[in-house]
Amino acid sequence: MNDKKNIMPHGQMSCPVPIMNHDTVQLAHGSGGKLSAELIDKMFLPRFDNEVLARMEDQAVLDWPGGRLAFTTDTFVVDPVFFPGGNIGDLAINGTVNDICMSGARPLFLSVAFIIEEGLPMETLHRILLSMEAAVREAGVKVVAGDTKVVPKGGCDKIFINTSGIGLVPAGIAMSAAALRPGDKVILSGTVADHGMAVMTSRESLSFQSDIKSDTASLHGLVEKMLRASPSIRAMRDPTRGGVAAILNEFAKSSATGIRISRDLVPVRSPVQAACELLGIDPLTVANEGKLVAVVEAGAAEVVLAAMREHPLGAEAVLIGEVVSDHPGMVTEETAFGGTLILDMPVGEQLPRIC
Amino acid sequence: MIKYLSEYRDPVNAKKILAQIRKVVTRPWVIMEVCGGQTHAIVRSGMDQALPAEIDLVHGPGCPVCVTPLETIDRALAIAAKPEVIFCSFGDMLRVPGSGKDLLTVRSAGGDVRIVYSPLEALELARQNPERQVVFLAIGFETTAPGNAMAIVQAEREGLHNFSELACHVLVPPAITALLGSPENRVQGYLAAGHVCTVMGLTEYEEISRRYKVPIVATGLEPNDILEGLLMLVRQLEAGRFEVENQYKRSVRHQGNVLARQMVSEVFEVVDQKWRGIGELPASGLRIRQRFAVFDAARKFGCESLQVEESKICISGVVLQGLKKPGDCPAFGRECKPEHPLGATMVSGEGACSAYYKYKLPIILSV
Repeated sequence: MNDKKNIMPHGQMSCPVPIMNHDTVQLAHGSGGKLSAELIDKMFLPRFDNEVLARMEDQAVLDWPGGRLAFTTDTFVVDPVFFPGGNIGDLAINGTVNDICMSGARPLFLSVAFIIEEGLPMETLHRILLSMEAAVREAGVKVVAGDTKVVPKGGCDKIFINTSGIGLVPAGIAMSAAALRPGDKVILSGTVADHGMAVMTSRESLSFQSDIKSDTASLHGLVEKMLRASPSIRAMRDPTRGGVAAILNEFAKSSATGIRISRDLVPVRSPVQAACELLGIDPLTVANEGKLVAVVEAGAAEVVLAAMREHPLGAEAVLIGEVVSDHPGMVTEETAFGGTLILDMPVGEQLPRIC
Repeated sequence: MIKYLSEYRDPVNAKKILAQIRKVVTRPWVIMEVCGGQTHAIVRSGMDQALPAEIDLVHGPGCPVCVTPLETIDRALAIAAKPEVIFCSFGDMLRVPGSGKDLLTVRSAGGDVRIVYSPLEALELARQNPERQVVFLAIGFETTAPGNAMAIVQAEREGLHNFSELACHVLVPPAITALLGSPENRVQGYLAAGHVCTVMGLTEYEEISRRYKVPIVATGLEPNDILEGLLMLVRQLEAGRFEVENQYKRSVRHQGNVLARQMVSEVFEVVDQKWRGIGELPASGLRIRQRFAVFDAARKFGCESLQVEESKICISGVVLQGLKKPGDCPAFGRECKPEHPLGATMVSGEGACSAYYKYKLPIILSV
């Protein structure tokens, strides 16, 4: 054994690049699906490994003298910058506020960093800032730090925004995807796929008209209402990239339980469903920016659901399924025909089909 | 629009048709649904789990993404990598592996590869970018051919000489004929693809049905369409009839869409065509006619002669012929997954392997 060590060539002593399925970074690595997970597991986690990051939640909850802090960061690169129902500005505020809220924390402070392509009209920047201002006010948070970089034409696409945020987790609240137990109920706060389809159908290459609007909204009020109704919420997540399918799979994987949902119970607005049909896209894999999925102890499900329905952002909340002991780590759906199918993690980019 | 769809997905109706099928069927029948869209509707609805055991559904070669030959993909990759080219494709062709890589890889290496939803969008790009070469990857069955033909006619009319198509169209009837003529054939009845019949009509199928004494039902793509098509087919099989029937009456006319067919034959000519996984079938493809050669990307970029060998491991060919099911492949769900496909039937949303992987993987792996 020792001999083998001695003859190992020098080059092999250094860390090799992890074996990935691709030699270069692909767009799909940023899509929230399987390739994103691979990138995180193989490239990022091994380099920054620690017990907080290893929990793989949407935010880090940190024990701190005087309480527990929730801390998160997110970068926004949406194309087009303005879309029906919102723009990159309110998206950047709401997205980070929501990631903090999903731990049960009250969001407090944000930082905002801009990467701007030279030549961006001041008027565009101003419009974005106005909607950020409104979103900040709505969420009751303060922007307390910021940064701006301007890159040459072509160095980025118009404007990218990063936001980081800190919130305070109330005493007695400890949510975690690992806490799911068979019998728990899965609740969805409203219709799915509105944001993703609003963005997709407003891209210039897609020439069809629709009245689909993004659902971008800050969920702090809804979460407060839910927590007041019951402390028995096991875990919450906002189904952004990768949609409801991705977060249900994350839940199942983190808790080593199975999840079973009925597709018929998932609400989808009619024009959204139509756009998904035309493009051959499953609404359960499309991004949302103002929705949450909560897993709740069975006994508390009705109370939480009733509380959600009293809030405008939860008016269409529904119970879509439950946690089961069968097929741990996997999500299944019941079809109207009585069949059972697997609801898998989306693979990569959403690729509209040919026919 | 949804109103018109939910009608054809209504579970109550579905159960009624299923009950009728159960009543009619007395012995085992092997039935092929030709179209990939039908395969997906079958698996996605869970219909295959509800059908009586006598009915063995095998999945046909009707996924255009799957059967597009390797050299077409390699030609696409070569053209898309050129700096002067804006390469336009339907979304699901982007992940189809060529010999070495796919269009997504070309894009990440700097190629200007764009997803479009119709050849007319590519035409618009050609108008907006007169200094660039805009190439549209024109693949598909008889369904997409009319639109692709129209784009070329329009480009000629406008003198848009920076527009061209890398065309690789395949035709359904020669594929069915080839399957029926094979000594290994076990398919006894066909659900023909409703959308293809909408364009082409039913006469080609009547000839096949007479010659091979096989019943064919032109069938729609929604779950209840397919169930109804199956019921019509089983009735024929049980009665020993072999006719062409039309389940998809709301779309299919006997003569098809005459204008669309004229447009196709003006621009394209029928040629022998290689199918990925199957091989060359006589008179089974469409090529851009000499008169429109300036709009033919393969001629324009001089990559007509490119020839490549297919992978030896992948069994997509036999899957496409209905001889094996995806679960029979030793690589299925192991070396071959949607994020790392070995063959094209795993790549496209319409591919049989992809449908099985998406909805049935653990069931197959546990066997």
